[in-house]
Amino acid sequence: MSAISITTPIAMPAWKRGALIIGGLALLLAPLWLLESFQLFQLTMAVIMGLAVLGLNIVTGYNGQISLGHGAFFAVGAYATAIPMSLLDWSFWATLPISAVVCGAVGWGVGFPALRLGGLYLALTTFSLAVAVPQILKHKSVDAWTGGVQGLFLLKPEAPAWLPLSPDQYMYVVALIVAGACYLLVWNLLRGRMGRALMAVRDNPTAAEAMGMDLATLKTRAFAVSAVITGMAGSLAAAVVEFVAPDSFTFMVSITLFVGMVVGGVASIMGSVFGGLFVLFVPNIAEAISRSAPGIIYGIILIAFLFVLPDGVAGLVRRITARLRRTKGREKS
Amino acid sequence: MSTTRRTILIASGATLATPNIAPAQEAPGVTATEIRIGSTNSLSGPASAYSVISTCLTAMFRRLNDEGGVGGRRVNFTVYDDAYQPPRTLEQTRRLVEQDRVAFLFNQLGTPTNNAVHRYVNQRRVPHLFLATGADKWANPREFPWTIGWQPSYRVEAQIYTKHILETRPNAKIALLYQNDDFGRDYLHGVRDVLGPRFDSMVRTATNEATDPTIDSQIVQLQATGSDALICGVIPRFAAQAIRRVHDIGWRPMMFMTNVSVSVGAVMQPAGPERGVGLITSDYRKDQSDPAWANDAGMTEWRGFMQRYLAGADLSDNNFTYAYGAGTTMIQVLRQCSNDFSRENVMRQATNIAPMDVATLLPGIQVQAQPTNFNVIRQMQLQRWDGRSWVRFGNVIEGANV
Repeated sequence: MSAISITTPIAMPAWKRGALIIGGLALLLAPLWLLESFQLFQLTMAVIMGLAVLGLNIVTGYNGQISLGHGAFFAVGAYATAIPMSLLDWSFWATLPISAVVCGAVGWGVGFPALRLGGLYLALTTFSLAVAVPQILKHKSVDAWTGGVQGLFLLKPEAPAWLPLSPDQYMYVVALIVAGACYLLVWNLLRGRMGRALMAVRDNPTAAEAMGMDLATLKTRAFAVSAVITGMAGSLAAAVVEFVAPDSFTFMVSITLFVGMVVGGVASIMGSVFGGLFVLFVPNIAEAISRSAPGIIYGIILIAFLFVLPDGVAGLVRRITARLRRTKGREKS
Repeated sequence: MSTTRRTILIASGATLATPNIAPAQEAPGVTATEIRIGSTNSLSGPASAYSVISTCLTAMFRRLNDEGGVGGRRVNFTVYDDAYQPPRTLEQTRRLVEQDRVAFLFNQLGTPTNNAVHRYVNQRRVPHLFLATGADKWANPREFPWTIGWQPSYRVEAQIYTKHILETRPNAKIALLYQNDDFGRDYLHGVRDVLGPRFDSMVRTATNEATDPTIDSQIVQLQATGSDALICGVIPRFAAQAIRRVHDIGWRPMMFMTNVSVSVGAVMQPAGPERGVGLITSDYRKDQSDPAWANDAGMTEWRGFMQRYLAGADLSDNNFTYAYGAGTTMIQVLRQCSNDFSRENVMRQATNIAPMDVATLLPGIQVQAQPTNFNVIRQMQLQRWDGRSWVRFGNVIEGANV
C-alpha cells in the first residue's frame, strides 16, 4: 500500500510524457484502421460500458453508496437522446446537454432517499428503481414519447463531410471523445478535494462530518454526477445501437454494471475501463466455450476473476506496477 | 504511475482487438462445400423456454447434412444467445453478418429483438427469414423487402374471426375487446381489414391495459352495446376473467379468444370449463396430444425425426412442432435455390414459395409466399371448446389479402 501513497513519482521528462501521450492516442485510434466494422462496434460498446461503470464507480466505489439501479440512469440517458433525435430530428451532439441535465436531476432526486438508507437498504431501493424503469417507459401516459413497447428508432450521427470515416468508425471516435472527456473530468474531480471528501464520507462518515463536511450535499451530488456519467453512456449507446426499447433496459443492465465495477476494480478510474471490456467480451467468450450453458461458464469465469483478482483488474495492475517500481528502486540504489 | 497503467491498458486493448480479416466471397457465406446460416435465440434469460426451437432447427440441418446437404453443400447453422435483450441481438446479428459472414439469417426469436435489427438487415440487404414472432410488421414487402415472418400474425387471426362472423351472421354487431398495446392493436387492424368502411357501423370497441386489475367494466360496457359477437385480444389472465364475466352476466355472444390465451390449464380451468362452452379460437399446428394424429403420416415423420435426432426431448412441447414447420420451409427454400445461394436469389426463393403442405401443420394449411404477400401462413382452422377440450370445426379459413 505504501507505494500507492507516493503521489509524485520520479518526475518524467517532458519528451517522454509527450511521447507517451502520442503513443497512447495512436493506440486508441489504431482500431479505426485495424478492425472491421463489427469489431469496432464491439469496441465502441466496450468503451460505452466502461463509461457507465465509471459512473457507478463514483457513487459506489468512491462514495460507498451501493447502487444496484444504475441501469435506470443508463435508460434515462438513452431515452433523453433518443426522443429528441427520433421525434424532433435533433443532432446527436445537441441531445448530450439535455441528457446530462435530465440524468443529473434524476440522480440528484434518487440521492435523497439515499441519505436515510444505508448499505443493503439503499441497494434494494435503487434495485427497485431499475426494475420499475422498463415498466414506466411502457406506461400509456408516456408512450407517445417513448414509443411504448416498440421503442424508438434513430439514425447514427454521420461523420462530417471532411472526415473520411464510415459511420461505425465515426461512432467509435465520438464514443472516445465523449468518454475521454468524462474520464478526464471525473479524474480531475476525484484526485482533488472533492475526491478526498467523497472517500472520507465512505470510510468514516462520523469523522467526515466532524471535519465539517456536509454529508447530505456530498451524497446527493455524488449521485447526481454519477447519474450524469452513466447517462452519457446511455446516450452513446442509443446512438450506436440506433434503437431503444424498454426491453433493452431490464434490471440486468444494472447487475452487469455492478459486475463490471467489481471485476474492474472498486474505486478505480482505470478499473472502469477493464470492467467495460469484461462485461462486453466475457459473455461472448463464455458462449464460445459452451453453447448450451453459457451462464455457467460466465459464472465460473467471474468467480475465477474474483478469486484471483480480489481487488479487480485495476488492483492487479497496481500491484504489478508497485513491484516493478520497487525492483527499479533497488537497482538504482 | 498513471501513465504506466494507461500503457498496460492500451496494450491489453490492442491484444483484444486483433484483426481477423477473412477473404471476401463472391456470395457471402457460401463456399463450394458449405452454406453458413445464422440465428439468434434466447438461450439464456426470461424467454429461454424458446431455445428448444434452435435445438430442433440445428438437428434438422444435421439431418439434412446426413442426407447429403443441399446443392452439394453442408449447412453450417450458427445460433448465438441474445438473452432476449435487443442490444445484444444487434451485437450478435452484426457478429453473424460481419464477422462470421453468414449467407443469411433465419428464425431469430422475439418481437423486440427482431425490431432492433429490422433496419440493419434491410440496409445491408441480408435475408432475414421466417422470424419466430407473431407480430404483423414482418409482412411489409414494400418498406422492408429483406424481412419475412412465418407464423400467422395476430392480425391474420383477427381477419379470420371476422370472416367467420360475416359468414355465419352477416348482420352481426361485433364487440372488440383488445389490449392497448401492439399485440392488442393487431386485432383492431385485422377486424378493420375485413370490414373496411363497414367497421364504424358494425364494431364497438373497448380497451384494457395490461396493468388493469380487472376487465369487468369493459365487458359490461360492451354488453350494453347490444353486440352479438365478441372478439377478445387479451393476455391469459384477462381471458379467464372475460370468459367468466360474460357467462355470469348472462350475455351469450359468439365469443372468440386469441389463440395465445386458450391454454386449458392457465385459462379454461380458472374460468370454469363449463362457462367456456362454445368459445372459439384457432390454430394452424397439429396438437401432438390429440389422438386424431396418432397415425398421421406427417406426425409420424415428426416423431421419427424427434426419436432419431432429439432423443429424450419433451415431445409435449409444441415449440418442436413449430420449429419443424419453420425448418421444413427453410429447407424447401434452400432446395429451390438450385445452385445459386446469393442473397438476392435466397430472398427471391423465400418470397416465391408455391403452396406446400408441412408435416406438423393442420391439413389444408399451407406454407406459401409471393413477392407481394409475405404472410407465409395465412390460414387457420377454428376450434370450439366443448367443456373438456378444443374441437376443430369447419374449413380452413384464409386471412384477408391486404
